[in-house]
Amino acid sequence: MLRLRFLWLILALVVVSVLFLTLGAKGSWGFTLWFRGQKLASLLLIGGAVSTATILFQTITHNRILTPSIMGFDALFLLILTLMIFGMGAGGYAQVPKVTLFLINLVLLTLASVALFTLLLKDQSSDLMRMVLTGIILGVLFRSLGLLIQRLIDPSEFAVLQSASFARFNKVDADLLLASAILVGLTWGAVWRMRHRLDVLALGEVLPVSLGADPRRGQLLVLMLISVLVSVSTALVGPVAFLGLLVSSLTYRLIPSWHHGHILPAAILIGGITLVGGQLLLERILHFETPLAVVVECLGGLVFLILILRKGST
Amino acid sequence: MIRIDNVSHQIAGQEILRQVDLDIPQGGLTALVGPNGAGKSTLLSLVARLLSLQLGRIEINGQDLQQISHGDQAQLLAILPQVLTSTHRISVEDLVGFGRYPYSRGRLGPQDRKVIAQVLESFELQEVKHRFLDTLSGGQRQRAYTAMAWAQDTEYLLLDEPLNNLDIAASRSLMSRLKSLAAQQSRTIVIVLHDINYAAGYADHIVAMKAGRVVASGPPQEVVNESFLKAVFDTDAKVITAEDRPLVIV
Amino acid sequence: MPRLWLLICLCLILLLSVLSIFVGVIDLSPAALLRDPEALQLLAVSRLPRTAAAVLTGCSMAVSGQIMQILVRNKFVEPISAGTGQAAALGILLSVLLFPAAGLAVKMSLAAVTALLGTLGFLALVQRLPPTEPLLVPLVGLVYGGILGAVMVFIAYQADLIQYIDVWMLGEFSGVMRGRYELLWLAGVAAFVSYLIADQFAILGLGRDMSLSLGLNHRQVMALGLLCVSVVSALTVVTVGMLPFIGLVIPNLVSRRLGDNLRVTLPITALLGGVFVLGCDILARVVRYPYEVPVGTIFGVLGTLAFLWLIYARPRNA
Repeated sequence: MLRLRFLWLILALVVVSVLFLTLGAKGSWGFTLWFRGQKLASLLLIGGAVSTATILFQTITHNRILTPSIMGFDALFLLILTLMIFGMGAGGYAQVPKVTLFLINLVLLTLASVALFTLLLKDQSSDLMRMVLTGIILGVLFRSLGLLIQRLIDPSEFAVLQSASFARFNKVDADLLLASAILVGLTWGAVWRMRHRLDVLALGEVLPVSLGADPRRGQLLVLMLISVLVSVSTALVGPVAFLGLLVSSLTYRLIPSWHHGHILPAAILIGGITLVGGQLLLERILHFETPLAVVVECLGGLVFLILILRKGST
Repeated sequence: MIRIDNVSHQIAGQEILRQVDLDIPQGGLTALVGPNGAGKSTLLSLVARLLSLQLGRIEINGQDLQQISHGDQAQLLAILPQVLTSTHRISVEDLVGFGRYPYSRGRLGPQDRKVIAQVLESFELQEVKHRFLDTLSGGQRQRAYTAMAWAQDTEYLLLDEPLNNLDIAASRSLMSRLKSLAAQQSRTIVIVLHDINYAAGYADHIVAMKAGRVVASGPPQEVVNESFLKAVFDTDAKVITAEDRPLVIV
Repeated sequence: MPRLWLLICLCLILLLSVLSIFVGVIDLSPAALLRDPEALQLLAVSRLPRTAAAVLTGCSMAVSGQIMQILVRNKFVEPISAGTGQAAALGILLSVLLFPAAGLAVKMSLAAVTALLGTLGFLALVQRLPPTEPLLVPLVGLVYGGILGAVMVFIAYQADLIQYIDVWMLGEFSGVMRGRYELLWLAGVAAFVSYLIADQFAILGLGRDMSLSLGLNHRQVMALGLLCVSVVSALTVVTVGMLPFIGLVIPNLVSRRLGDNLRVTLPITALLGGVFVLGCDILARVVRYPYEVPVGTIFGVLGTLAFLWLIYARPRNA
């Protein structure tokens, strides 16, 4: 039964990808395919990265309502970026190659988020709601701090940093695409290798210790992997708030398995289908002006509310 | 044998354990009893390395606990916590399979499957092995988790108040099963128990704690009497002997 | 103790008002006021209105925050970050779309209506939440506000009005001048009316059953409260944009120190709100002189820090 579902997912992904590449194309095929191919690659990459990060996060927090971005991860990324500009001055910032900047930012974000989450997760058993609320507030704090510092840097020059409050799936930074793809690929490899350990980590706080899976080290490692994935997606398109939640909820419904070897590939596929299919629908078929991210935010927010309300009533 | 040497432990400024010296004998069932706040769960958590040791030393089979790697420890000692929440739809058989993780790392081989089958039989879970945990009764679920810990093939098994949410039938069944399996397969089981009668009725060895110290240690027939109950639990209850075992009139 | 607070707040407001008059991009000194007619013009057109706007906004938002907390029976909410603000902004957007030639009054009315509907929606959601999880309410509020915000952005994109909404999303006082802010006096009136019936609100806070047993017309007072919250939010969003967290932080600060006797504490809440907003606005003008930082960002930072403190610090004698 599972195998059949996977086949359907792969089929769906192929179909939306082909349509994305070919639908409504005008002008030379060579150019169109190259241009759209890049976009397709980035959408698949981001969709897969965000969904992986979310599933991983839900595993180590033992909760299916949380996502890294609800905890302000991506806002933190932008804040660090802003601080870097502040530190280097807008002129100095422009001189450093983009990929280097990205990597520095990645390392800083990993350090910051590991520290932040170890702090939050320590308190985990006591109050989940407080932790989630804290995460949302921190997200607002980081975003505001980022905006404030931007204005302080140079009020007339804040075009240097384009931090949209919504992601722009349409405008991907092509320079970073290759570096991102390599990073995400390596991360996926690492995640695949620890898929059995993830199953054990999902069992709780005590049992993984008993079974020798060292949850403390395991959580740390997973947090670092999550940081890489979130950094990549935020650097490429900006904050992606509820996409992960949408995808993970769909995944758990479609693939009723506890094994990460099933859940993760399914999530990656569904993430890709959602982004590519969504962009296809919005841009080519409905010809809406609205960025996909806005719709995703709306739907994902609804899913979040439904999950919370359902959990609240039990 | 588990040797606990001069172990003290503080949590949030409160002294939970005070210079605990204890030898838990190898083989059979040892019950850890005492009033609330005596430090029983904390002691168990320290032995299982759920908490970091602050002061003192713990040895298992002569080896210093701190020197044993996590992987090796998982093959030597297993612990089942008090609260067992199952968020996943895991089948009984899959859950027991998790118990093989220290050996299989997730890839179950023929030896693992053999052990799983044996354990399912020993714990009478074959009928429900394909059912999901959240469809089982409390007693069946506790049995499934205990079976998982048993499949871990460890010399020592620590259980923190496993009878808390079980009715009399499930409690009796679990205790007698643990006792006989421990004897058959020469394992050592340490159970934190609330009900002194279950301890007196099934344990080979009783350790009593009060206010962070060990106040009694020995076979039930020697340990459980009226002065013991007064000293440890601060209660005047009569103790009689039934079937060679002390029985507290509650 | 409360008298002392009242006095201190009054003094602070006077002090800050004087400061506010003389702080800004264009130099204005007391001496210049006596000599230069242009300086008087600046005072009348820009500085005084701006100062008044800040104080009025602070007062009315603090009060409406307090009222919302009573309506929702939860201490961690306030209109701007629980959907009311975004609903008001949605109303403004709709009015621009549907009645592009209409004036400020129409915008405000539609915004008030949508703000009311938005708040009702939030209340309906909160009804379904278990009372044992108090922090669930602000959480749901924040997400609910986010969804409404997303809907608004969606419509803005479709109608090609996306540049417009930036104006409301981040509140600031730099655009305030004579002729453009007078509606805020209405907000002040609303806040004052709330003070007059403060006792009734206090009883409302005890719950429906208590209210009925004490002879309060529960429905009426709730409706009044809703109206006040919606109108104040709509007025503020239309005039200066969204200023989050004031209605959350100020009432909580006052409540922690002085208790919940509204007849006593509501004036202090209002004045403290004015102090806070005016103070932050002065800060916004000064911190990167001669440029201005939008006050909304400062609230975003200070407000969230205060919010975090509120949910982690245990209140005294709790």
